[in-house]
Amino acid sequence: MSRPTVQRARLRSAVLASAAATLALVLTGCSSSDSGSASADGKITLTVGTFGTFGYKEAGLYDAYMKQHPGITIKENPTTVEGNYWTALQTRLSGGGLDDVQALEVGRISLATSEDLADAFADLSDAPGVEKKNYLPWKWDQATTADGRTIGLGTDVGPMAICYRQDLFKAAGLPSDPESVGRLWAGDWAKFVETGKRYQAKAPKGTFFMDSATGLFNAVVSSSPVQYYKDGELAYKDSPSVKTAWDLAVKAVQGKTSQGLKMFDTPWQTAFSKSTFATTVCPSWQQANIQQFSGPANKGKWNIAQPPAAGNWGGSFLAVPASGKHVEEARKLVAWLTAPEQQAKVFQKVGNIPANQAAYELPGVVDYKNPYIGPGAATGRIFSTAAQAIKPAEIGPHAQDLAGAFGTGVQLMEQNGKSPEEAWNATVREVDSTLQ
Amino acid sequence: MASTTAPSRNGPAGRRSTPPPPPRSARASAWRSRLHRWDTKGTPYALVAPFFLVFAAFGLFPLLYTGWLSFHRVSLYNVDRAEWVGLRNYADLFTGQVSHYFWNALLNTFTLGVLSTVPQLLMALGLAHLLNYRLRARGFLRTALLAPYATSVAAATLVFALIFSPEGGMANWVLGLFGAGPVHWEAGRWSSQFAISVIVTWRWTGYNALIFLAAMQAVPRELYEAAALDGANRWKQFLHVTIPALRPTILFTVIVSTIGATQLFGEPYLFGGQSGHQGGTDHQYETLGILMYDQGFHSSMLGRASAVAWIMFGLLLLIGLVNALITRRLRASQ
Repeated sequence: MSRPTVQRARLRSAVLASAAATLALVLTGCSSSDSGSASADGKITLTVGTFGTFGYKEAGLYDAYMKQHPGITIKENPTTVEGNYWTALQTRLSGGGLDDVQALEVGRISLATSEDLADAFADLSDAPGVEKKNYLPWKWDQATTADGRTIGLGTDVGPMAICYRQDLFKAAGLPSDPESVGRLWAGDWAKFVETGKRYQAKAPKGTFFMDSATGLFNAVVSSSPVQYYKDGELAYKDSPSVKTAWDLAVKAVQGKTSQGLKMFDTPWQTAFSKSTFATTVCPSWQQANIQQFSGPANKGKWNIAQPPAAGNWGGSFLAVPASGKHVEEARKLVAWLTAPEQQAKVFQKVGNIPANQAAYELPGVVDYKNPYIGPGAATGRIFSTAAQAIKPAEIGPHAQDLAGAFGTGVQLMEQNGKSPEEAWNATVREVDSTLQ
Repeated sequence: MASTTAPSRNGPAGRRSTPPPPPRSARASAWRSRLHRWDTKGTPYALVAPFFLVFAAFGLFPLLYTGWLSFHRVSLYNVDRAEWVGLRNYADLFTGQVSHYFWNALLNTFTLGVLSTVPQLLMALGLAHLLNYRLRARGFLRTALLAPYATSVAAATLVFALIFSPEGGMANWVLGLFGAGPVHWEAGRWSSQFAISVIVTWRWTGYNALIFLAAMQAVPRELYEAAALDGANRWKQFLHVTIPALRPTILFTVIVSTIGATQLFGEPYLFGGQSGHQGGTDHQYETLGILMYDQGFHSSMLGRASAVAWIMFGLLLLIGLVNALITRRLRASQ
């Protein structure tokens, strides 16, 4: 055969191959990829979607579970920022590709238990090993739908304290031991803002009383029984706590007692290590951030005091998507991960306060002391007392979005120099255009 | 690889020179010739098919589906439950609830586009002109130009975000040396847009410079020699020889950069950190791309996001049309 004919034959097979490849590409592109498939020897993989720090890996819980269940491999898919995590989760709820276990933030739980989404998750109230009485009652109720299905088991709660820099307080002529510091603002957030003015009057150069007025705003709203919703209706415009929190944030901004940082952003993280602010609102999960960003050089300089009012900021649930391939195994895993013993281990490792109140009685929780923050401070007692003092608040479906919008509103005053009226109007416009 | 053109020594088409196949039967040969006809007619289509199949699956279908969605009220987590609302989403954007954000984003897209495209192309022209001279290490410099382009948007933006950070950022440190600042880069409308356009400019200048350089090398040497004989200095040569010769290339880069600027997303999104999804606390650098993302994935209103997507598509068509008109004008004038 002459060369051109050979070429054609080769060409033809190349065409066929490329067409086949294209077809394969199109087909696989349209079908969702498998997650957690079973292999021939009966082994299965469970995937766990999380955000921030859940501490399961750090506390060695996955390894322990896999040792107990040789047929199961656990893989965690972590995301740093909850907003990104939730976005991806929403997309997958309709498009497929969910993990076998999905974490849910408390601000999303009301949406997840609503009619729209509840069917997407399996009922966990009767999962093997689950004991309802162990969980904080309000936490249990938050994840329970109107028809009595519990779609999420509480992992942790966010009881608040105030973390403060002992050395900066001293330098500004304020009392610096936890007891007297707690007394400075006991019972009233307004006193906290007043203390800020006292601090600022004699503050070491270049330092501020608090990191961000957004933190203050969130803390005030979080410690109130009525937040953004009332009786199932959006009520932020005349919610007393939103008004109080806004006014206090305005005061803090105008008194220049806040450094005006965006919480969780890189400059905020840098500011920890540069010691430029003296207090930050300290939900239990904040301890991990303080330690990580302040660094070894600031060890022992932070301390922890009682907050003006008990409240809950944050805390999560684990849920099992009903469409998963291994729903039963995933339910067992979730029940095990949220059992008292496991939650106690997570608390000791990363500081997340258990949502499982039976864990408080375990050794090493109530009597826990954080070696980094205020060595000697009764960290475990402060947080578990605060956790049990939390009054349940109504969390509406868009609580997280509202908190985000108001946080931005406060930043408009802090960062962009808007007047309180401009910032309020912009926030209301933002909320109205976001929530249909 | 074997060359795809037939060797010319065997005759113009190569194939004709091969000995005819031994006549087995008339039917077999008819079958073969039909096969041959399909081959010559079908092969080109089969060869281009992959592109069109992929385009149909990932380009055309999403485009039409997005258009369909833009007439519905549909939530991200319940795409199956769409409610027909006609032109509501478009009305919302132009005059309704979100018009404030839409016009703001359109304006930002324009200002950010101008701020990043104009200096980018001017600098690229200058760089290309310099590299067109005989320089030491010219080859290295030309390769180095492409380095920023090869960097990922994420990496570049995160580094620049640190440079423009209010906490120990390098930009404020430099300003401090001159006794100015500190500037809160991310918070201000113009300062933040300036910072973002620096990132865009940094990434794309080298890329455009290489395109200009390639075009400059095609300009005949004699033109420069003639100009030099007429007493034109280098600047005049650049103005009167290089620029006119480069006109089509410049137009091409303007169009490509404009399209890129219209779709600007990654830089402002990452630059904003926590508030990147809305283009800054005050939406001060929200582009159309970010508005689309914010509406669709942050507020989970897919219908409205789709409407933004189609408006962007329309804008790009408009840019293409203007481009075609200018090109025709240019050609007619030559």
